[in-house]
Amino acid sequence: MSARWATLIILAVIIGTIPWFFPSGFYFRVAALIWVTALAAVGLQILMGQAGQVSLGHAGFVGIGAYTMALGPKLLGLDVLLCLPLGAAIAGCVAFVVGRPILRLKGHYLAVATLGFGMLVTMVLVNEVALTGGPDGIRIPRPELLGWRIRGGETFYWITGGALLIGVWIALNLQASPSGRALAALHDSEVAARTVGIDVAAHKLRAFVIAAVYGSVAGGLLALMNGFVTPDAAGFLASIEYVTMVVIGGLASVPGAVVGAALLVLLPQTLTFLHEYEQAVIGLLIMLFMIFLRAGIVPGLAALLRRRPA
Amino acid sequence: MGIASMLRRGALALGAAAIVALPALAQRNDPIRIGAVLSVTGPASFLGDPEDKTLRLYVNRINAAGGVNGRPIQLIVYDDGGDANRARTFATRLVEDDRVVAMVGGTTTGTTMAMRPVFEDARIPFISLAGGIEIIDPVSPYTFKTPHTDRMACEKIFSDVRARGLSRVALISGTDGFGQSMRTQCQRVAQAAGITIVADEQYGPRDSDMTPQLTRIRNTQGVEAVVNPGFGQGPAIVTRNYAQLGIRLPLYQSHGVASAQFIQLATPQAAEGVRLPAAALLVAEQLPANDPQRQVLIDYKTAFERETGQPVSTFGGHAYDGLMILVEAIKRANSTDGTRLRDAIRATRGFVGTGGVVNMSATDHMGLDLSAFRMVEIRNGQFVLIGN
Repeated sequence: MSARWATLIILAVIIGTIPWFFPSGFYFRVAALIWVTALAAVGLQILMGQAGQVSLGHAGFVGIGAYTMALGPKLLGLDVLLCLPLGAAIAGCVAFVVGRPILRLKGHYLAVATLGFGMLVTMVLVNEVALTGGPDGIRIPRPELLGWRIRGGETFYWITGGALLIGVWIALNLQASPSGRALAALHDSEVAARTVGIDVAAHKLRAFVIAAVYGSVAGGLLALMNGFVTPDAAGFLASIEYVTMVVIGGLASVPGAVVGAALLVLLPQTLTFLHEYEQAVIGLLIMLFMIFLRAGIVPGLAALLRRRPA
Repeated sequence: MGIASMLRRGALALGAAAIVALPALAQRNDPIRIGAVLSVTGPASFLGDPEDKTLRLYVNRINAAGGVNGRPIQLIVYDDGGDANRARTFATRLVEDDRVVAMVGGTTTGTTMAMRPVFEDARIPFISLAGGIEIIDPVSPYTFKTPHTDRMACEKIFSDVRARGLSRVALISGTDGFGQSMRTQCQRVAQAAGITIVADEQYGPRDSDMTPQLTRIRNTQGVEAVVNPGFGQGPAIVTRNYAQLGIRLPLYQSHGVASAQFIQLATPQAAEGVRLPAAALLVAEQLPANDPQRQVLIDYKTAFERETGQPVSTFGGHAYDGLMILVEAIKRANSTDGTRLRDAIRATRGFVGTGGVVNMSATDHMGLDLSAFRMVEIRNGQFVLIGN
């Protein structure tokens, strides 16, 4: 059995069994939040870890997905569930249009360009008050499927868990496909990749669009779960959090993005007893992880485990 | 044999009675759990921090005085950092995990709106500390709020403009949540108040110069007064630029800048003559002796300043009002059942708080009227109460 299937099965078993240990409904909410955040992080991992392109504007796509859920029903009278694929399509198109020029940039320049993109999205969401509700946010209608109202932490736990499984499955397949190999090649050296005949620009753009679609679907699910969205979802801080998740979990690892997301969602919940020191301790923990597990949590621990028996 | 079996049966019955009675006994001395999700850190911390301190201070005081109906209050505070998504998670935690009987909190309109469905679904009373009118209009069965709304601030300002015999107003608003919300409300109530809005300028919350917008207003024909919805540093810069440009029209600021810090930032010279609607807390000592709020305000101010060593703010006052309305409702209802508690909060009449005299009803989940705002003018670097 390949490592790919092992990862998927482990994730499926975790998603399927942990509800047995939940003492209250609140844990469904936190776990669903982890799955949905992880979905966005896995998308960013494809772009950052596999293709080696930095993005500081990933939350912009999450915001596009989330606000489509609110604006689709409001402006077009669409069913809110239809807005999930619609948001993904919009985010994909935006990424395609924006990606063409900015993916020519490298390193810091690309980082700044994506940062600018994320800020533009936030500015539109904040300033177009009549359309988006401005900084106070906007409501999302409760979804209905064949007369059944989708609600409650437990329902969303299974929906987001399923979405994450599919997302991870696609990401792992991509990594192992010729496209994934091409991405890995251009990650290591763009010049070398071009020399062996890889269409560098097309592959980068494809990774960017895929990452955007992941972000948008995650944003849409988050909006459905909350029934409400504010521009924070698309903000700079959210973008930084996604980057932190991918880096701390392990840039090169798809399950790493899931672990990173779990850590960053759980820490603020478990450290509430520290009150005003909470943020400082979270920062310290992230620093310690980066110092002692430099390759990220998942690859770092895997290396430790491999070394021990020898 | 007969005796033994009777004894055994008696013991069983006793045991059963004890099992049935135990939860009832335990409940009598169990703490009453009250939740609070506040923006103690982050961009709204200047609101959330005094709210947090006020709640802790008064819960300690209530417990020291014997609690509510003989039960102590247990306060559970979570910091959402101003993020609506995190606020929603903490709200779920309060309901599902901590099993609170009521919630006092929700620092911003955004976090409040994100949390509202959680409490509505669980039928747990939720007293918000945020300004936005959409929180209570239309009324949701379990959601209340204590601060005045932006709409009331606009109405108060416009009635003062009309009292001066003026009617043509220019708006210059910040693009932050507060500024945008108040701008919308001012536009909405202008016509009914007999006001025409002849200019509508905007600035970013971190802009450092508003001279262009003010110049456009100065060059607009027929402007008679200027209103600046916004909070933070923006209004201070507007006030300074206003003086630098030598504009002589009356300038109105919002309740969002009702603090001594604003006068310092804007400089007392530039702020001279600026008027704003403010909660009575700002001018507590200037209130006439027969004002019903005077004693409450001075007590709160003294307690807060002695405990924290920081100047009192109206935002902490909102938390005081929310907690006290809730505590009185628990006493009256003699129950912590969500629906009964909701009915008791809704029946609040004549409660004197820091924000005003509160009269709730089934259609009004805030219970304040325009008299809750006092019009103040800045003179010689001080807020001075002017007649209603």
